[in-house]
Amino acid sequence: MTEKKKELLVAAIENGTVIDHIPPEQLFKIALMLGLEKTSSTITIGNNFISGEMGRKGVIKIADKFFEEDELDRIALIAPNVILNIIRDYEVVEKRTVTLPDEVVGLVKCNNPKCVTNNEPMPTRFEVIDKEKGTLKCHYCERKINKESIIIKVK
Amino acid sequence: MNSKSLVSIDQLSEKDILRILDNAAKFEQNPNRPLLNGKVAATLFFEPSTRTRLSFETAVNRLGGRVVGFQDASTTSSSKGETLKDTILMVSNYVDLIIMRHYLEGAARYASEVTDVPVINAGDGANQHPSQTMLDLYSIRKTQGRLNDLTITMVGDLKYGRTVHSLIVGMSHFNPTFNFVAPDELKMPDEQKNFCDLHHIPYNECTEFSEDIINQTDILYMTRVQRERFTDLEEYERVKNVYILRNKMLRGSRENLRVLHPLPRVNEIAYDVDDSPKAYYIQQARNGLFARQAIICDVLGIEI
Repeated sequence: MTEKKKELLVAAIENGTVIDHIPPEQLFKIALMLGLEKTSSTITIGNNFISGEMGRKGVIKIADKFFEEDELDRIALIAPNVILNIIRDYEVVEKRTVTLPDEVVGLVKCNNPKCVTNNEPMPTRFEVIDKEKGTLKCHYCERKINKESIIIKVK
Repeated sequence: MNSKSLVSIDQLSEKDILRILDNAAKFEQNPNRPLLNGKVAATLFFEPSTRTRLSFETAVNRLGGRVVGFQDASTTSSSKGETLKDTILMVSNYVDLIIMRHYLEGAARYASEVTDVPVINAGDGANQHPSQTMLDLYSIRKTQGRLNDLTITMVGDLKYGRTVHSLIVGMSHFNPTFNFVAPDELKMPDEQKNFCDLHHIPYNECTEFSEDIINQTDILYMTRVQRERFTDLEEYERVKNVYILRNKMLRGSRENLRVLHPLPRVNEIAYDVDDSPKAYYIQQARNGLFARQAIICDVLGIEI
């Protein structure tokens, strides 16, 4: 009985993308990153579910939407251990982790007020210089930022 | 970035650096050559800098080219809100080369991406100033007869000093040893020290500007300690006279030692040093002309 109730918390989707094992504090940042406030697809968001591995986790399911690899890989900036499930006909046809790209364009804000990207209408561009620590370097002003200081630009 | 622009010292390989220095030496032999006949360069100085601007403009003029430009963004459409991109695109219609100084970091790199016209970065905020580094390297090679295996002592504001950070990168190809002499508030940042570690460059750090260190030095690179950089003004008062070079401090120094300074100097080099044969900071500024001529020809693909 309790098993059935648990399952009902997050309904299965027929086709689409599921992002699982999201650290609860990053869930809304990830939704922002993926631009979910703009999509018309059906979205199911759940947070703070009990997880064997993580203690608590978040899940996002987006029906009828498939993302480009690099769109999803950017999640690795703030949540490197999420699991992606691609669903077709209620089946998981692909399951993968995210890999940090070498470069991140247009997502992260430079925290240097004197950077040209904060003073001109232009996209930001960061090189990932340390994949382990998640350190980024601004392609323009050359300043480095740590994973903890990453600010996602609201599009 | 279009492949010909010079935005940052770290884009130059050892081979690039030596090629530019060799060409600068040719220009020192004769700086008046009609290599830029029919060419127009723009000096876009969104932030004032008389010395750098005059140096670049003279470089173009002595090579037979013409210069257009501005020295102050407030007289341009930037004050009306025109974007940097539009300004660069507009100027690109008229000229063969853009030499740019801007108060925003990354401005030169952005400009080089927006246009096909080669861009030379004449200083972007606190970030890069590659032509200064090239003239510093030229001065070092000229006075020492080589670039390899030298001991370079940097004194003063090592925290905010754009020129010292750049010089470390430029010299990293040539097996240097560094001494960093600065007050605690202005000591060399971790980023630069990590760079040295990564490139196996030995360095020593201390707060005392002693004759001992000077006597082990080939190049003494002085920079200004500015009051505005100190959060603790008592600390400033304590150190403001410590990092001053006086002529008598050179008495035990090596014959080949030369004193460099990116200028302008205030009081960090006493005037009694000017008459010493080891004072090189004025000639250093003159080398800026030759180094910049070499850089200009390099970005335009002109062979000397």
